[in-house]
Amino acid sequence: MSKINNAIYEIHHIDQIASRDQWMNQIHPLVKLCLTIIYIAVTVSFSKYDIVGLSAMAVYLFIAFHLAELSFRDALRRLRVVLPIVCVVGIANPFFDRVPVAIGVFHVNAGVLSMLTLMMKGVFAVLASYILIATTTIEKICYALRLLHIPTILVTQILLTYRYITLLLGEVNRITQAYALRAPNQKGIHFKVWGSLTGQLLLRSIDRANDVYDSMTLRGYHGEFRYVGEKYRLRSQDALYFIVWIALFALFRKIPILIVIGNLVGGLFA
Amino acid sequence: MSHIHIDIEHVSFSYEKERRILDDISMHAGEHDSIGLVGANGVGKSTLLKLLVGLHLGFSGEIRVEEIPVQKETLSQVREKIGYVFQDSDSQLFMSTAYEDIAFAPRNYGLPEAEVQHRVKSALEAVGITYLQDRQTYKMSGGEKKLVSIATILSMTPDIILMDEPSVALDPRNRRNLIRILNSFEHLKIIASHDLDMILDTCERTILMANGKIIRDGATEDILSDKELLEAHGLELPLCMQRR
Repeated sequence: MSKINNAIYEIHHIDQIASRDQWMNQIHPLVKLCLTIIYIAVTVSFSKYDIVGLSAMAVYLFIAFHLAELSFRDALRRLRVVLPIVCVVGIANPFFDRVPVAIGVFHVNAGVLSMLTLMMKGVFAVLASYILIATTTIEKICYALRLLHIPTILVTQILLTYRYITLLLGEVNRITQAYALRAPNQKGIHFKVWGSLTGQLLLRSIDRANDVYDSMTLRGYHGEFRYVGEKYRLRSQDALYFIVWIALFALFRKIPILIVIGNLVGGLFA
Repeated sequence: MSHIHIDIEHVSFSYEKERRILDDISMHAGEHDSIGLVGANGVGKSTLLKLLVGLHLGFSGEIRVEEIPVQKETLSQVREKIGYVFQDSDSQLFMSTAYEDIAFAPRNYGLPEAEVQHRVKSALEAVGITYLQDRQTYKMSGGEKKLVSIATILSMTPDIILMDEPSVALDPRNRRNLIRILNSFEHLKIIASHDLDMILDTCERTILMANGKIIRDGATEDILSDKELLEAHGLELPLCMQRR
């Protein structure tokens, strides 16, 4: 399968798992969106040396992955392009921050610690976002954004950009396949035709986008997407799910829960 | 006169000044009319359909849909009465599942969710694709996409149905199914197509177009069996008549 085909397949696959009739998918989209935002905010708020406290935030990821029946391996495979970039962010820290810091009986360079913390924050944030999009369709996410009073124009941009990505990729695929079939001995696309191919791609994409827009306006679209109906009313279990996680996030943020558990377990065997 | 009708009077249209796509078109279509719009490539069939729903507005003359003139201010009212099926189903289907796509129009018209569900169910049943309700649209075959496209307009409960090349890219069984569904509609329908056999099976009246003009408007049997007329305007007899 070509890289473009693969990308289209991945987008459709995410759509498919987000549309499953599964417990986690049925949680109100506003709850999942707010939880994700709060989770990321709490995660990044940890001090750059507080690796133990930050580690506790992984509990949400493990439980959410389990509840949503998502494959952790698939998530890492899908995020293989993003994760290294996230990890590279703190790579220079060990060179600039050489103060030794003690973690229990170990002594490490503070720069290494802050690099690891930064990497973990990035990875946690990306994985939390993955949980959101793998359990919530783009329509529901946009619906939740509207409930948060994000301006219609912005939300519609997000939704249509997401939809147009597959159209654009489809056009790229068709053009590159047509090129490859008539240039069998070439690797990639010769730079001399880059201009015309890009121009063709732009024109075709505009045409396709216009057709989709026409189809929307013919069916009563006036700039306000009505994503979902009454079936997504907030239920008591949604509220409970939200409250439990917020309480746990607050707990993880205030108390170094792993150290407390470690001391408790250590105390039992002492 | 029945309240469901379309009147086109002396309509001309061009994308560029030098070349007229439609040239002084006049016609009337009444309730229960099933009209086939035929002609060679580029004679203006699709453009005429697009004018009826106001996708192009820079035309001269007058178009009235149920006495509402097609103009910028009335587009919402006009489009509520007309269901337009695109030639390319991929342009018509943009939501993730068939249900969401079919529910798009009723939700836009502000109907309560119970009514939306009822409309979606009725539309799916009308074209016999209840089993596709939760299927991802990208996973569907060309025939399934076409049927979902038709269901998306039926959920609007339109008075009038316009179709641009509905049988294109359909296999024989899906084409036969489409003809059966089209014949079950009692709406005023206008179908632009090169598939003359399908027009013969679905439309009682045919309009032959050439060079942006209406050349002949009459009974389908008469027009589609006139070999000289068809060949003079870039068409051929329907396949079923060629065998006779």
